Amino acid sequence: MTRKQKRLSVIVGGLAFLAAATGLTFYALGQKASYFYMPADLTTASVQPGQRIRLGGLVEKGTIQRGQGATVAFSVTDTHKSVKVTYTGILPDLFREEQGVITEGTFGPDGVFVADSVLAKHDERYMPKEVAAGLKAKGVWQESKSE
Amino acid sequence: MVETGHFALVLAFALSLVQTIVPLFGARLSNQRLMAVGGPVAVTGFALTALSFAALASAYASSDFSLANVWENSHSLQPLIYKITGTWGNHEGSMLLWVLILTFFGALVAAFGSNLPATLRANVLAVQGAIGAAFFLFILATSNPFIRLNPAPIEGRDLNPILQDLGLAIHPPLLYLGYVGFSICFSFSVAALIEGRIDASWARWVRPWTLVAWMFLTGGIAMGSYWAYYELGWGGFWFWDPVENASFMPWLAGTALLHSAIVMEKRSALKIWTLLLAILTFSLSLLGTFLVRSGVLTSVHAFATDPTRGVFILCILTLFIGGSLALFALRASRLTAGGLFHPVSREGALVLNNLFLTTATATVLVGTLYPLAVEAFSADKISVGAPFFNLTFAPLMAPLLVVVPFGPLLAWKRGDVLGVAQRLMVAFGAALLATLVTALFIDGASVLAALGVGLAVWLILGALTDLAVKAGVGNVAVPVMVRRLVGLPRSVFGTAFAHLGLGLTVLGIVGTLCFGTEKILSMHAGETVEISGHTVRFVGLYPAQGPNYSEDRGRFELIGVSGSPVGEISSAKRFYPVRQMTTTESGIRTIFLSQLYISLGDEGKDGSVVVRLWWKPLVTLIWGGGLVMMAGAAMSLMDRRLRVGAPSRRRKQTVADASQP
Repeated sequence: MTRKQKRLSVIVGGLAFLAAATGLTFYALGQKASYFYMPADLTTASVQPGQRIRLGGLVEKGTIQRGQGATVAFSVTDTHKSVKVTYTGILPDLFREEQGVITEGTFGPDGVFVADSVLAKHDERYMPKEVAAGLKAKGVWQESKSE
Repeated sequence: MVETGHFALVLAFALSLVQTIVPLFGARLSNQRLMAVGGPVAVTGFALTALSFAALASAYASSDFSLANVWENSHSLQPLIYKITGTWGNHEGSMLLWVLILTFFGALVAAFGSNLPATLRANVLAVQGAIGAAFFLFILATSNPFIRLNPAPIEGRDLNPILQDLGLAIHPPLLYLGYVGFSICFSFSVAALIEGRIDASWARWVRPWTLVAWMFLTGGIAMGSYWAYYELGWGGFWFWDPVENASFMPWLAGTALLHSAIVMEKRSALKIWTLLLAILTFSLSLLGTFLVRSGVLTSVHAFATDPTRGVFILCILTLFIGGSLALFALRASRLTAGGLFHPVSREGALVLNNLFLTTATATVLVGTLYPLAVEAFSADKISVGAPFFNLTFAPLMAPLLVVVPFGPLLAWKRGDVLGVAQRLMVAFGAALLATLVTALFIDGASVLAALGVGLAVWLILGALTDLAVKAGVGNVAVPVMVRRLVGLPRSVFGTAFAHLGLGLTVLGIVGTLCFGTEKILSMHAGETVEISGHTVRFVGLYPAQGPNYSEDRGRFELIGVSGSPVGEISSAKRFYPVRQMTTTESGIRTIFLSQLYISLGDEGKDGSVVVRLWWKPLVTLIWGGGLVMMAGAAMSLMDRRLRVGAPSRRRKQTVADASQP
C-alpha cells in the first residue's frame, strides 16, 4: 500500500467506527428509552404487557398494602384513573400516601403494574418534575401546594 | 461581616471585568504595562472572592438567619461541621464555591506563570476573567446568597438531611476543583486562538493543568459515587443519572485531552485537535453546570428551580461555547498543523484512545440530552437510563480497555505490535487463566463475568508489565533493574498507576455486578439470615436521639464460624423533624475488599422489619481504583518535565527520557 492508501484506510476505519457507534446509539435509544405515562394516559396509549415504562402519579390514599415479606401493593393515581402497582423491595424514604412517585417496570398479563424501581422525591419541597407537570396539565395540582 | 462579603463579591465582579479587558488590550497593543495588570488583579480577585466566601461560611457557622440563604438551608441544632459544609449545600453557596475555585485557578496562573510568554499569559488571564465576570454577574443577578431577611427568623429550615453527611465536605469541592480546573485548559486554548499560534511550550503548559483538573475530577466522581452508595441506601454505585453524567462527560473528554496532550508535547502532532478537545472539555463542564444548576433535571443536586437562572446559564453557555468554537472555526486554519505519523505507534495508540473516548463521551451526551430534546419537541416524556448506557457505553469501552496495555509499550513514530505482544505474553496468560478459573470454578459465573475478570487482570498486569519492561526485568541483574526502576521518569509511573487504577475499578465493578448477591426479607429480632456464606443475626430495633434527628437503629451481628458474634453492623432510619424527612443510614461492614451492606425498610405491624442485605464482592476496589488513578496523576505531576513553574529547565533530561523505549 502506498502512503496515501494507508492514510485513507485509517480514515475510512475511523469513519466506519463512528458510523457503527452512531447506529448503535440510535438503536439503543429506540429500544431502551422508557416512556413516562400517568394512569389516565394509559386509556389512550397502547402499552403492551412486558413493555418497559415509567408510571407516575400520586400514591392513592388508603391503598398501601403490605403483603408477606417485602412485597408492597399500592395504587398510583392522577385522580382520574388509578393503576394497581406491586413492588418488592424497600420503598424510598419519602414514599407516602398522597405524595408523588414514579415507578418503573412492566405490566403483567393481569393488568397489575410490576415495578422494579420506585422513586419518590429527593427533597421534601419538590414533586417529581414529570408528575408535577402531568398533574398541572390535568388541572389537579397547583404550584402553591408544593411550597 | 455579611455586608463585607457582599461588597467583596461586587468588587470581585468589577475586578474580573478589569482582568478581562485590560490585559486583552495590552496583548493587542503589545503594551507591557497593560498586560502586567492581569496578574495582580487575578490574585486580588481571588482574595476578594475568598473573603466573600468566608463571610458566607461564617454566617452559616454562626447560624445567622437574617440571611435568607442561611435560613433556608441551615438549622441551629445542626452539628458545626454540617453548618459549615451547608455553605455549599445549596444553589447560591455552591455557585459561590464555583467562582471561588475559578478565581483560585486564575490566581495560580498569575502566581506560577512568570515564565509564560507575556502575551499568552495576558490572554489566558483575560479569558479566565471573562468566565469569572459571567458567573459573578449570574450570582449577583439571580443567585445572591447575601440577601437579608427583615425581621430575621428565629430558626432555620434545616439543610436537606441527605446532605448532612461528611460527603458534602469532600465531594463538591473536589468535583469543582476538577471541572472548573478545566477552565485553565479552555483559557489557554482560546488564548492560543486569539494569538493565532501554538508552540511546543503551549502543550507543556497545558498538560500539568489538565492533570491537576483530571486528578481532582477523578477524586470528586469517586467520592460522589461512594457517597451515593452509602447514603441513599440502594446499594448502587452508579445510576447513570443525568447529574452523574454531567460530571462524567468532562472526565471522559478530559481523559482524552490528557492523552492527546502527550502526543502534542512529545511529537508536536495533533495540535489543533488537542486545542479543540480542551475547549470541548470545559464546554462539557459548563453544560454540566447548566444541567445541574438550571433545574431542568430533578435530582438531589437541583436545589431549586428558577427559570431565570436556567436561561441565564444557558446564555453563558451559548456565549462561551459558541464564541470559542466560532473563534476556533475562524482561526484554526491559521495554526500550523502538526506532523504526520505511522498509525502503528504510540501516537497511533493515543489517537485510538481519543477516538474511543470522544465517541463514548458523545454517546453519554446523547443519552443525557435526548430526553430533554424529546420533551422540548413533543409531548412525550421519556427517560434514558442504565439499559441504554449498558448497550452503548459498555461495548465502546471494552475494546478500548483491551488495547490499553499496548499503548505505553509501543514506541513513538513506528511501533512493533508483535514485539509488544510478546512482552505482554505473561499478562495475557494470567488474564486467560483468570478467565478460565472464574468460568469453571466460581458458581453462577456467566461468560461475560469471566471475561470481565480476565479484562481486569489484563489491565492490572499490563500496567505492571509496562514498569517491568522499562526496568529491564529479565534482561539485567537485579541491582541494575532496581536502579533503572527508581530512575524511571515519574510520568512513566504515573501512566502505570493510572492504568492500574483503571484495572482495579473494572475488577470492582465486575465483582459487584456479576458476583454480588441480594436478599430482601422481613425479620424479627433474634432471627438470622445467611448471605453468601455470611451469617447475620438481627438483634433488634433501638430508638436513639441525635442532635437534630431521632432514629430507629437496627442492630445486627455478624456471626462467625464458631457461632459467636464477630462484629456488629448497625443500620438506621433517621427522622429529621424540621423537614419532616426520613433518611436511611445504611450499615456497612468491610470484609477485606468486599462489603456487607444492610439497609432497613418499614416496620411491620407484628414488629418485624423489612431488611435488605447485599453482599458486594470487591466493591471497595471501585473507589480504591479511583484513588490509585489520582495517585498516578500526582506522580505525573511530580515529573520534573511537567512541574508547574519549571517547564523549560532540565532540557537535557527530556531528551534522554524521550530516547528510552
